Amino acid sequence: MKKFVYTTCEMCTGRCPLMVEVLDGEVKHIWGNPHVQGGQQCCPRGAAAKALLSDNERPQHPLIRDGERGSGKWRQASWDEAYDYIADRLKTAKEKYGAKSILLSDRGGPMTEFERTFLAAIGSPNYFNHHATCSNSVHNAHMSIAGHARNSVDYDYENCKYMVLFGRNIYESIKTTEAKTVMDMQEAGGKMVCVDVRWNYTAAKSDKFFIIRPGTDYALTLALIHQIIKDNLYDPDFVNRWVLGFDEIKRFTIPYTPEWAEKETGIPAKEIIRIAHEAGEAKPAVIFHPGWMTSWFSNDYYLRRAIYTLNALMGSYETKGGIYINKKPGEVGLKYRTLIGQIPKVKEERFDGVGTKFPHLSDQWGLAQMLPHAILNEDPYPIKAYIVMRHDPLASLPDPDLMKKAFAKLDLLVSIDINYSETGWFSDVILPESTFLERTDHVYVRSGSGLTPHLTLIRQAVKPRFDTKGRGEIFKALADRMGVGQFFPYNSPEELVAWQLEGSGYTIESFDATGVIEPSKEQIWYDRKDGIKFNTPSGKIELISSMLEKHNIPSFIPYESPPKPAEGSFRLVTSKVAVHTQGRTTANIGILNELYSENHLWMNTEEARKLGISDGDTVEVSVEGYAKKIGAKLTDHIHPEVVFMLHGFGDTVPLRTKSFGKGVSDIRLQRGLLKTAVGGNCPLTECVVAVKKTAA
Amino acid sequence: MSIYYIHQSQKRCIGCRACEIHCKTENDVPVGPRFCAIVPVGPKVVENVPRMNFIFMPCFHCENPWCVSACPTGAMQKRAKDGIVFVEPSLCVGCKSCITACPWGVPQWNRDTGRVFKCDYCRHRVDEGLEPACVTGCTTKALKWITPDMASLDKREKFAREIAENLPY
Ligand code: SF4
Ligand code: SF4
Ligand code: SF4
Repeated sequence: MKKFVYTTCEMCTGRCPLMVEVLDGEVKHIWGNPHVQGGQQCCPRGAAAKALLSDNERPQHPLIRDGERGSGKWRQASWDEAYDYIADRLKTAKEKYGAKSILLSDRGGPMTEFERTFLAAIGSPNYFNHHATCSNSVHNAHMSIAGHARNSVDYDYENCKYMVLFGRNIYESIKTTEAKTVMDMQEAGGKMVCVDVRWNYTAAKSDKFFIIRPGTDYALTLALIHQIIKDNLYDPDFVNRWVLGFDEIKRFTIPYTPEWAEKETGIPAKEIIRIAHEAGEAKPAVIFHPGWMTSWFSNDYYLRRAIYTLNALMGSYETKGGIYINKKPGEVGLKYRTLIGQIPKVKEERFDGVGTKFPHLSDQWGLAQMLPHAILNEDPYPIKAYIVMRHDPLASLPDPDLMKKAFAKLDLLVSIDINYSETGWFSDVILPESTFLERTDHVYVRSGSGLTPHLTLIRQAVKPRFDTKGRGEIFKALADRMGVGQFFPYNSPEELVAWQLEGSGYTIESFDATGVIEPSKEQIWYDRKDGIKFNTPSGKIELISSMLEKHNIPSFIPYESPPKPAEGSFRLVTSKVAVHTQGRTTANIGILNELYSENHLWMNTEEARKLGISDGDTVEVSVEGYAKKIGAKLTDHIHPEVVFMLHGFGDTVPLRTKSFGKGVSDIRLQRGLLKTAVGGNCPLTECVVAVKKTAA
Repeated sequence: MSIYYIHQSQKRCIGCRACEIHCKTENDVPVGPRFCAIVPVGPKVVENVPRMNFIFMPCFHCENPWCVSACPTGAMQKRAKDGIVFVEPSLCVGCKSCITACPWGVPQWNRDTGRVFKCDYCRHRVDEGLEPACVTGCTTKALKWITPDMASLDKREKFAREIAENLPY
């Protein structure tokens, strides 16, 4: 018998709406949800979730360490034993050092409620996630300028007439609907300009492509602002009504002419002027895309603020073809309960300095890069236990050896994951989570549903293959043992959904037909004259941010030219391809692994020739004495100061036989970059590596 | 040629290879063989932008299939009703003649069974009135499931529109 189950994809962080085709109790195929996307399209990672399900190289039952940390010696444990083991140590930590000595991190996204509720219930303020190496600077920039989280706005690509991408690789770091809609926009005649330090498939599909000198994007944005103001290309009505600090930015950008920017960026002044004019003509249906995998430079915060400034000048907020604020379910009369909503926020001092050392940064995502400092120095206080929920700091942040040294000091390190992560391999307990095809989670607001707010969930398509459990069950069991079970008022996922939807007029069956509860298909747009809700103190877009000024942090900073790497040295830049995620979900899946099992070092043909390197040669890439061998690929279409490799390779977990030992890990080369830049990001692209030819 | 045709828009294709994964998933094709393949060609600089082509290569379901003629056992067959070329596994002896015969190397070797298997336009889906998995799953809707007549008509219409645009009045 064939049936369709609507759910949410968890292969990457894009969380696309899915339709799972189930035949006689087995997953037959995974499609996009046509009721939400208008078609069954689904990216390669989502389609490969069936292979994840059948993969045997993932944890199949709870494991407790049976040797040194990281020795790879495990013993199988029952769930009760594993829960008791964890709860005993958490209780000890809480009694001796307070609940704040317990940390928890995850991948972020809309399905984080169980773990955040658990942590708040036991009294710790210390939730954080992986965004330190992803979106932190763009998120914090938008918080300061518009009072909105990075992801509480979205883009109306469909109606966009002109889009400028700063390193946002829309056709390779793909989200299914986004890629499809941007393609629709291009086919309808919308223009796309791609600015990147290297050519990629997005560049190949753009109307214009410019290779920019790494670290100079800020110069480009300043020159664009300069030109847009100088030639009156901005939207005066929008600026007068909604923007504070126009005169200041005008004055500030006077010296930053396109001619000046040409020298910095390598992009011809006439092209910069052309972008300003083309955008000005297309406004307000213009998007200057701020990106999200944006852990680049120390001054990244100011680049992202400048990109949002360009959008503000174009008046592209809350307009067709621009940026819109995501509307809330309450605005269509949809009421539902959340677990986290039942608990007051824990007000204690955070471990990572957000709110103290870093008063201007948002505590929503925290600062993962502060982990070793906090643990090793007990600054601001001792840290004793850390629960890692499908997050892998040892594989995604720089300086994993330092991180390990810190982890060695913990009394408890727990990994809850569908995979063996590198952090899991180093932990005391691995609790195997069921894959998203095998479990039901809580109801949440679908991200990307901002014009027609709707609810959705992850919904079980098939029974778990192994002795794994859903996160809702795991955190409830731990909460029970910690004496805070009352915050998890359910005995099954169905009971939880019923509790969430109580009084809403909807039930879990309401998701059966389309996968979403969507009271209205009518798009909500706020009134551009009076109705836009910017959550800054002034209710406007603050180019001069009152929040920053209060903390004596400048709203914009003078441009500083990045140093040129020495001869034979290059900036290491990383990104993704469509078949792999930034996380560890896809690397060991056979049908994805066979398409990309190894990464290479891409370098500029001319620069390579100077070093005697030919295409296909083996090269040594090194930093501060740490060296790795990797195959070189040459291209004319990469900035001479840059070398590039894909992120996520160099797996060190031997049980993952397909990805183990394949390729080189970028984060191990990013030495000394476990820093907190002003935007809360790790400045990953400040990594400079030496490259030389070597024997294979 | 079968009465069907998969048309690929070069403009829309982003080379993501979701089509390959959907094909493998639908037809339980193990690691190694591929019923369809995306072959990236490029980059080639056109008006300052290095462009790519991603050529989609399924089976073409030829009118006079080399593979069928080469098959000594009658395992490789052309379906009378719609021209879909497929392998009847019980008849395949694994001699690989079809792999040699097909100009594009389309038939694939199945190590697990010691037989050939290949793209059959997902005939189990076609028979249900559905489209092949690669078409349905394509990320950007670059693939279209059409009849050759439609393909020809589409092309003529596109050409006509282009001509009309450039005609002086
Ligand atoms: S396998 Fe080759 S010869 Fe046979 S029908 Fe397909 S494309 Fe034609
Ligand atoms: S038609 Fe079916 S079998 Fe052929 S390539 Fe497409 S998905 Fe594979
Ligand atoms: S899925 Fe579509 S867009 Fe992706 S490679 Fe295949 S044909 Fe191209």
